[in-house]
Amino acid sequence: MSGLDSIDLAILRLLAEDATRSAAEIGRSIGIGQSAAWRRIRKLGESGVLAGRRVVVDNAALGFGVTVFLGIRLAAKGRVSLEDFERAVTAIPEVQTVQHVLGQFDYRLRITARDISDFERILRRRIMTLPGVGQVEANVMLSEERLPGPLGALAGR
Amino acid sequence: MPDATDRRILRQLLADPDASNSALADRAGVTTASLWRRVERMRAAGVISAIRSRIDWRALGWEVEVSLRFTLDKTNPRALDEFIAAAREVPEVTEIQTFLGSVDLRLSVIARDMAHWQQVYRDRILTLPHVSDSDALMLVSTIKDSAELTL
Repeated sequence: MSGLDSIDLAILRLLAEDATRSAAEIGRSIGIGQSAAWRRIRKLGESGVLAGRRVVVDNAALGFGVTVFLGIRLAAKGRVSLEDFERAVTAIPEVQTVQHVLGQFDYRLRITARDISDFERILRRRIMTLPGVGQVEANVMLSEERLPGPLGALAGR
Repeated sequence: MPDATDRRILRQLLADPDASNSALADRAGVTTASLWRRVERMRAAGVISAIRSRIDWRALGWEVEVSLRFTLDKTNPRALDEFIAAAREVPEVTEIQTFLGSVDLRLSVIARDMAHWQQVYRDRILTLPHVSDSDALMLVSTIKDSAELTL
């Protein structure tokens, strides 16, 4: 989708902060009517720019104290199908994110565990037993922030 | 502290964040009014820290996403803070994580295409301070991306 104007960008910025804002609230804060805001939000949704919601929770408060990013290299490329690996890895409930990447690793994973020993169990029983898994690198996350991205760079395009 | 009902609601909300309140209430076995009240309470308490809209940058024509991993020069005690402050100023950076491990830090960086990526990399990434080593993983596809917890 191209041709976003500054009003669309302001809407994206507000919803990226808080998706539960109503069309009336958004309209008020950027100075357009509620129905105009609603139409624009619907259009951004239909074009796929607004791609659903992300619920961010305090994992530690819920008893999940450890988030680990894994880089995985497949050991036997050609012998194990990517589909088999992907099917098995996405079925692991503690694996939140699976991305196929190019570089030093073939896949990157985000895993949430209760504590380090829970992570060790997941690593030994679930990850190391995946079909075709080779080199694995683990990095324990200490902090995270998400930024709104280059919304400013879209203005006037 | 979230009780068993809160956890049931969270499990449903994390599994399907786009479902309507009435659908979520149904699945969690509570009334819509009670669901709304409990979600608001968990937001106020910070158990739910945010409910955000996802922006699909590919739908906006930003085709390239790279996961950049950095090791910093830790002889400088300010290295991490100064690196993060500089990375926040780069508009194409969408995520910053710090780690305990062989990698100190990771950035998600997006670009319109490979030519634009090359420009961002040369002008904004290679100029970040205190880097002793870095490598890049180019995103091919996202197979799973969920906030679900085994609550």
